[in-house]
This record gives sequence, C-alpha cells and structure tokens, in this order.
Amino acid sequence: MDLNYTAEELAFRDEVRAFMQEKLPKEMADKVRGKGELTKDDMERWHAILNEQGWLAPNWPEEYGGCAWNAVQKHIFDVECAFANAPRVLPFGLAMLAPVLMAFGSQEQKDHYLPRILNGDDWWCQGYSEPGAGSDLASLKTRAVRDGDHYIVNGQKTWTTLGQHANMIFCLVRTDTDVKQQEGISFLLIDMDTPGVEVRPIILLDGTHEVNEVWFTDVKVPVENLVGEENKGWTYAKYLLTHERTGIAGIGSSQAGLDAIKRMARAEVHNGRPLIENPHFAARMAQVEIDLMAMATTNLRIISKAAVGQAPGLEASMIKVKGTIIRQEINDLARRAAGPYAMPFPSEAVEGDNDPIGPEGAAVVAPQYFNNRKLSIFGGSNEIQRGIIAKVTMGV
Amino acid sequence: MNFDLTEERQMLQDTLRRYLADKYDTATRNTILDSEAGMSAEIWNGLAELGVIGALFSEDDGGFAGAGFDIAVVFEELGRAGVVEPMLDTAILGGGLVAALGDSAQKEIIEEVIGGVVQLALAHGEPTSRYDLARVQTTAKADGDTIVLNGRKAVVVNAEAADHLVVSARESGAADDAEGISLFLVPAGTAGLTMRGYAMLAGGRAAEVTLDNVSVPASARLGAAGAALPAIETVVAAANVALAAETMGAMQAATELTKEYLMTRKQFGRPIGSFQALAHRMSDLLIELEQARSAVINAAGHLETDAPVRDMQIASARNLMGRVGRLVAEESIQMHGGIAMTQEYELAHIAKRITMADHRFGDTDYHLERFIALSAA
Repeated sequence: MDLNYTAEELAFRDEVRAFMQEKLPKEMADKVRGKGELTKDDMERWHAILNEQGWLAPNWPEEYGGCAWNAVQKHIFDVECAFANAPRVLPFGLAMLAPVLMAFGSQEQKDHYLPRILNGDDWWCQGYSEPGAGSDLASLKTRAVRDGDHYIVNGQKTWTTLGQHANMIFCLVRTDTDVKQQEGISFLLIDMDTPGVEVRPIILLDGTHEVNEVWFTDVKVPVENLVGEENKGWTYAKYLLTHERTGIAGIGSSQAGLDAIKRMARAEVHNGRPLIENPHFAARMAQVEIDLMAMATTNLRIISKAAVGQAPGLEASMIKVKGTIIRQEINDLARRAAGPYAMPFPSEAVEGDNDPIGPEGAAVVAPQYFNNRKLSIFGGSNEIQRGIIAKVTMGV
Repeated sequence: MNFDLTEERQMLQDTLRRYLADKYDTATRNTILDSEAGMSAEIWNGLAELGVIGALFSEDDGGFAGAGFDIAVVFEELGRAGVVEPMLDTAILGGGLVAALGDSAQKEIIEEVIGGVVQLALAHGEPTSRYDLARVQTTAKADGDTIVLNGRKAVVVNAEAADHLVVSARESGAADDAEGISLFLVPAGTAGLTMRGYAMLAGGRAAEVTLDNVSVPASARLGAAGAALPAIETVVAAANVALAAETMGAMQAATELTKEYLMTRKQFGRPIGSFQALAHRMSDLLIELEQARSAVINAAGHLETDAPVRDMQIASARNLMGRVGRLVAEESIQMHGGIAMTQEYELAHIAKRITMADHRFGDTDYHLERFIALSAA
C-alpha cells in the first residue's frame, strides 16, 4: 500500500492542470464559480474541447475512443476539473447510455451512436422516471405497442434533466402488461423531433429550468431503435443505474467546495475576527473535511477494484449515500458562511455586468444549497440505496 | 400555569388563519413573488383591516396588544401560510423603534403604519457587521442643526417600499462600541440616499443602501444621541420572537404537507408512509415540532423580562429553531422526493422560508455563542 502519487501520476496531474489553464475558457470557469448560468453552447464547447484532447470519455474502453485511464487517473482528472471550475461533462450520453449500448446494443447502434456521442452530434436525455414511478421505477406506465416495423409510444416521463436541449431520449417503456412488472419493460431510443413528443419545463425551487416533463402522444419509433431484446429493458436499466451512481461521489467538487468556503470564511468578519477563526464554524468545517478525507480514499479503493466497464453494486450505493451527504453538508456550510448575504436572489444579484451583491461567491450559495437537495433524491434516492445495502449484506 | 391562548389571541389566530387560507394559496403567492414590488398591496391592506398590524403595538402606541405572545400568534400564522409581505420590517423593526424612541411628533407615523398606509425599514446591518448589532461604521456628523450621514447598509429588507428608513449611524466611539450609536428617521427620496434593490430567495425584496452626505435635521434623531443600542437590541429581541414563531408556523405547514403526502403517495403498491424507514423519520419531525413550539413559548413569554434573561431565552429558542428547522426542511423535501423541489409545490417555498430565517439576526451558531456567553454570565 502506498498513499503517495507516483512520478507518473504527478506528471499526469501536471498535464491535466496545464491543459485546464490553457484550454478552459475563463468566462466558462467564471460561470461555474457562480457568475452566471452555463448556456447550451458553453456545454457543447467544453465537450468539444475535451473531445479534441481525447479526454471526453474516461470510462470508455480505448476501442471506442475512451481514455483507458486507471482509477487514480480518473480521480486526478475529476479533482483537477473541479479546482479549475470546469463545467460538468453531461453524463447522459457518455456515462449512462454508452455503457448500455456497449454491453447490449447492436453493432449498428454502436457504430451509429457512439461516435455521435463523442462528437456532440446528439444531445441525449434520460426518460426513466414518471409521475407515478419514482423510487418504484418498475411500475412505469409509458406504453410502447408494436405496429409493423414501428412502436407506437404513449405516456409521460418526468424530471428529464436538460431535456429542453436534447434531440434524443433513451426511454424505459412498457411493452408487455401481462407479466411481472420488471419483465415487461423495454429500452427504446427516441428522436425528440418525432411528431407527438412534447417537452414542458419544470421550474425548480431555486428558479432554474433544469428539468422537464416529456410527453409522448402516438409517437412512431422504428423497431431498430430497440436496445437489446424486447422486455429485457429492466436488466439494462439496472446496469445503467449502477453506472450513474459511481460518478455521484463528487469528491473533486466537494474538495473545491470546501476550498471556496475557506476563502469565504477568511474574508468574512464575525464579531471583529475572521469567521474561519470562530470555533463553532471551524468545528463544522473540520467535521466535513475529516469525512471527506476518508471518503476520498473510500472512493479510490472502490473505483480501483472495479475493472473498466464493470459496474460495482453494493459499493456504488455506499458511495452514493455518503458522498451526497458530504456534498450537501458542504452546501449547508457555504450558506452559513455567507451570513445575511445568503438572502439575495442570484438571478438579480449576478445579473448582467453588475458587481455581485455581497462578498465573492455569496450570491449562489443558498440556491446551490436548495438545488443540491436533489443529490439525495435522484439516481435512486438514498432510501433506495440503503435498501440495496441492507438487501445485499443482510438479505432483508 | 396556563398554556391556553387568551380569548382575544384565539380570535386573532382564527381570523388570521382563515383570511390567509382563503387569500394566500401557492399560485397567488407565486404571482406576488414574480411581481416587481415583491408584495401585494391588497394583502397588506387586508392584514391592516383585520387588525393584524395593530396587534403588534401596545395601546399606548395606538395599537391594542403588542406583547410577546401577540407577536408569536401573528407570526406563527404568517409562517404557516408562507407570507412574504414585510410585517417584520414595517411593524416590528421600524415601527418598534419609532414607538420605543420617538417623540410625539415622530410617533405620529405609527397610526399610519397600523392603518397599512406607511411602510418602514430598518437600515442597520452593514457589509462587514454580519450579525453583530453593535458594529456600526456609518457615520453621523452634526453640522449646526443638521446631521450628515455617510455609509453603507447591507441587505436592508423592504428598503425600496419604505416611506421612511430607520437608519443607524455612529456619532462617537470605535466601530463596535456599544455607546455612540444613534437612529435617524430618513424619508425615502432624501438627497444622497441611493439603493440597489433585489429580490430575495425566500421572497420579499431588499437593497444595498448607500448614504452619501445625506442631510437630515436634528429632529430626525430618534431618542438621545449615541444611546440607541439598547432599543435596537429590544426590537431585535422582538424580531427574533417573530422569526422563531414564523419558522414554527412554517414547520407546521411542512410537516402537515409531508404527513399528507406520505399517506397518499403510493410506491411498491402501498403508501410510502407505511415504510418504517419513513414513518420513524416522520415521527421524529413531529417530536421536534413540539420542541419548537415550546421554544417559541419560552421566548415569547420572556420578551418583556429583563434583558439578560430575555436574551438567553431568545438565543436558546433561535438556536433550537435553527437546528430543528433545518431538519424539518431537509427531511420534508427528502421524504417527498422530486415534487418538493418544484416551484409549483407549496413545500418548496415553505422550506425556503424556514431555512432563510436562519440568516436574519443571527444563525444557529451565533445564537449558540450568545447562549453560552449569557448562561456563563
């Protein structure tokens, strides 16, 4: 066992750091730091910059254009991205759909869709949850009925993240209603431009338009858009969910978040002294940092164990629960650090070229705190993860 | 001992609850939140007509109540309904200071406050004062019969709508001296007074206020020169009772919504509340809600006692509300799931009110420190 980075790993870190300095546009980093909202164009540009470098798909095998990085390299990249305030690379195509296509898709689907994901030709979104099917995903009702060489799809998906930008959606649909819930589900790829697809915005509690409802009315989908076998979609869905969970620990973003809090707490004055010297605040900060130090190693241990393309099960659930608790605690601390300046609403506070209201970074902390309540809800809520852990370890 | 509300307070509670249940639903409030003013004149007039503002002032000042328990009754209901109108700023803070320190001429505006025709705001906090009430760096310099104010005030809630600002400024002493702070009644539109207004996350509006050689007559001073801090501490104590009661009302709304949802939302073929993992957490929230109610009663019941006892009770209540409020807001959202994250759902706003109350007049940690200091004394 050796906890130090090797010379190669340090060289890799320097390479990533230099790349971020050179290639990450400053205005994008500023937006990530809270000085504005990333546009669709920003996200596509960053995607293209990483793709040009060959660093877009750390989780993909080399044969498909992936990086073939080991666990430590992936960790280093994650941390450096967070410290550079790089935009998040959207997971829908790259980290969610692609592993499913690689494992279960037809040769034609792999040849067609995988390069388009890398090149940014398609913007994918996820059609899983429905109003009546959240934690109990298998109870989903969106119906796909075979009609010659098409499926006719009717129903409604919800919580579709950035669906307003997407041109493609991968969906779980019910293709058989006469069998056990899990056995009648199929995995379908749907072009959002098809007549009968309608996207309706959902405004979240921080005022953002991040998620949507997607409605399907007699939508015609060619049968070649079925992934794998009909009625085997649940297997693919579970495979995808474990992939979704592995990225959720967010070690890099937690470390960057803690750093930002320290900066704020050094500048903030509390009873005439820097807030960072206040024992109550300092204790809160130390507790989170201690948890995060252990979590970073837990995360590395687990991703080291998982071979490329092989999704960890139990450990992924553990990382999801603890990782999101830590991230949410950091959001809570940031809110506290800002004091009364957490109250202004950022859409006004950061509007246009105005100076921000209050100290640097303060305007976004409360909205981020509220927005990130989603972390313990989506991707299989923390209650569902705890259920998985109990089931695997105790059989209950 | 008697924990029942008096008949008058019971009537006030019933009337206000009925009025808000009738007039203040989620859609109405979302319209108010989206409006330029960030408040509804119709609701404000309605509250004035019901006597809600008058209930926050003593008979001597032209009201009909004004004790800690009256404040608690009013703000519990405002909290339950998630009301964003600036009752705290106009009545408790602005009105409270004019009532406490004003001469008979200055106190004439209280009648207009009670009638709902005048808005006030307290411009006290500054960019580096955080929650420290004694830290005032805005200056007041006497020049004959005129006083010139210079400085900057931070997150002044209701500043843009206020007809008068109650501005604190230092006439002597160092930045955090208890002595030397005065208050001035500054009419809106006075030359040299500028504002940068903005909406707030949990509703209402505030502004960064700059005072650049603002001249007011000496008659604008409220009370004696340099001696305003005790009065500021007294109205902030009342504001803390109001905030604690408001948070408690909001927590009731949050737990009621959550209980209802747990019993109606079905997953895996049964109401999710029938899963023990959620049922026990709901029980914990209900236990903490009772604690919160008691903390509010303790604080409200001691508002009229001597400052050291009053302040310890208030620090205790606000620390408890901060901890319990966070638990209730976060757990209510979590047990709902995604639906509670949407602007259209009542809980989203209620959770924001609960959480953001922790940013006015001291957060959980600030009140813990206050409690430690006061209980050691």
